[in-house]
Amino acid sequence: MSGAAAAIIRAAPAEPCRPWPRHVLTPEEWAAMAAALGGDERLALLGLWADTQQVHALFLDERAMAPLPASVPVVEGAFAALSPARPAAAWFERTIHDLWGHRAEGGTDLRPWIDHGRWEVTRPMAPRPVPARGTPEPPEFLPVEGEDLNQVPVGPIHAGIIEPGHFRFTCQGETVVRLEVRLGYAHKGQMVLMRGKPPRVAARYAARLSGDSTVAHSIAFARAVEAAVDVAAPPRAEHLRAVMLEMERVANHLGDVGAICNDAAFALALARFGLHREAMLRAGQAAFGHRLMMDAVVPGGVAVDLAEGGAKAILSALAAACAELPALQRTYDDHAGLVDRMVGTGVVSPALVRRFAAGGVVGRASGRGFDARSLMLPATAEGAGAAARPLEALRLEVPVLQEGDVDARVRIRLAEIEESARLLRELLATVPEGKLTVALPPGSGEGIGVAEGFRGDIWHWLRLDGGLVAACYPRDPSWLHWPLLEAAMRGNILADFPLCNKSFNASYSGVDL
Amino acid sequence: MPWGRILRSLRDGPETEPVGPAPEATVAAMAARLEAAAQRRLGRSLALRHLDAGSCNGCELELHATGNVLHDLERFGLRFVASPRHADVLLVTGPVTRNLHEALGRTYDAMPDPKWVVAVGDCAVDGGVFKGCYAVLDAADAVVPVDLLIRGCPPGPGQIIDGLRALLEANAG
Repeated sequence: MSGAAAAIIRAAPAEPCRPWPRHVLTPEEWAAMAAALGGDERLALLGLWADTQQVHALFLDERAMAPLPASVPVVEGAFAALSPARPAAAWFERTIHDLWGHRAEGGTDLRPWIDHGRWEVTRPMAPRPVPARGTPEPPEFLPVEGEDLNQVPVGPIHAGIIEPGHFRFTCQGETVVRLEVRLGYAHKGQMVLMRGKPPRVAARYAARLSGDSTVAHSIAFARAVEAAVDVAAPPRAEHLRAVMLEMERVANHLGDVGAICNDAAFALALARFGLHREAMLRAGQAAFGHRLMMDAVVPGGVAVDLAEGGAKAILSALAAACAELPALQRTYDDHAGLVDRMVGTGVVSPALVRRFAAGGVVGRASGRGFDARSLMLPATAEGAGAAARPLEALRLEVPVLQEGDVDARVRIRLAEIEESARLLRELLATVPEGKLTVALPPGSGEGIGVAEGFRGDIWHWLRLDGGLVAACYPRDPSWLHWPLLEAAMRGNILADFPLCNKSFNASYSGVDL
Repeated sequence: MPWGRILRSLRDGPETEPVGPAPEATVAAMAARLEAAAQRRLGRSLALRHLDAGSCNGCELELHATGNVLHDLERFGLRFVASPRHADVLLVTGPVTRNLHEALGRTYDAMPDPKWVVAVGDCAVDGGVFKGCYAVLDAADAVVPVDLLIRGCPPGPGQIIDGLRALLEANAG
């Protein structure tokens, strides 16, 4: 815990990025920082991305609980890799190469990631993308050595209503010795589409990065825009955002718990949790005019007001769910066959979760209690900070377990449903009057926004130039969950993969961009 | 024991008289009637295969919701199956990414005839907000022939079920 890497970053000059200044390191300083990272556990790597000139990293100083952005200019198409010290960086570095063409010098994995050789162009985010030539090559998987190993390829199309992705299992008998995930099938070119658009238009893409987290992504994006132009959403808008965010969390957790139990062949849970999920979605329709509340949050505020009778619809859906939850939880606890499938399955150790800085349910089931809802924002000149965060007044309780298995991830979700229900009741009782939106000055600036979605912490960075999005990057929590799913499967039987996968429920679209 | 009779039967075959072929005209008429009846009775069931061609997963949430206890898709004779080889209907979501279009074509080819394709959600209908991007082909009908469009971002479970029921009625004739 030397803090050497953090010290190198803090010593570098900072560019104005609100609310957290972005330190620009020289290539030498960056290389020294990368080397020091190995011995500096207090810096968690949250994201790594680029623009045409620089590579940007977002760290979290876990002692100060402060985000710490750092950048380095790309020299001769290369930058020093972070993956030797932070294994989670490997997927980010491969993505940077596929989208911008910057090489991660010394990276642990240099294979293509989301570019499968099928696009019209290569390096679509580079200043001058090159038309793609040739035919797509078969993907290259990690080599395996050993006796009696067999490979099971699954996907990209799956036998259910699931997003596309390829799973390459290497097994010894029934036991999985390695899972390698290959994604990118849902790549839609999100960032290219967002570039050059006014924030209100670009917000529609943020809302569709991962449909199940549409509210959380929209909030994080809106906060980044508001930070960039230094305005604060009106208190009523911030309050309604908090309501929508908790509704989204409750609906998704209900759906996930039911679906996880169903993958252990316990259909009753799917039926009952599914019923309560549907009630929450209908409450979303009644309160905000859309079942998933898509496009309800916009930069500058919210696009829809809480409808007449909306609060009542939300509260009655919550009341029905909370009335049945204790009985469902007892059934879960007493069901020996179910518990046998859940306990000890798909374990991720707390040390590994810390190393990957995994947030959300995955992190909290393995001892990492970080929750972006309890992150304090530094106050800014315009007051776009603590005052606008209604949840902070409600003293959020964050459940944390150490076991790191499927069971722990179910229990974290159950506890969070209860906590979100409490927050929603308090929030709905105290909705302030006032405006729904604030006008966005058509200026330039750079900002970072964060929201705690049902999966974990979502970060959006963007730079506005003359009122248009010049560069942006959305970081879904799934970036740090997928590699842990690979780790969690090791030593488990192949038949438990659906159960493990569902207990993570990482987003495909969210990381395919 | 009539051993002699048994042996004769084995050697000469039964005494049952052979008959000629059934009257062709009657067979043809019966076949037509049976087919209509079977279509009417058994045609009220369709096996569905979902394929996510790069959606944001919003449409998937609502496809899942069609199966919850309030909507209960299966009561209409509609059910999701695991393999395209068992499917009558392919439900496509997403703007058809270039990284997935080959898999979409191969899934369609693996389905037995007769088959239908339904584009679920604005992206599969015309590319939605992703239209024109380097990474997408803009719609399901860029790769497979589409029979039915269900618009929405995402369409709700009620809307999806209404569309599929219309297909069912048309199929049952």
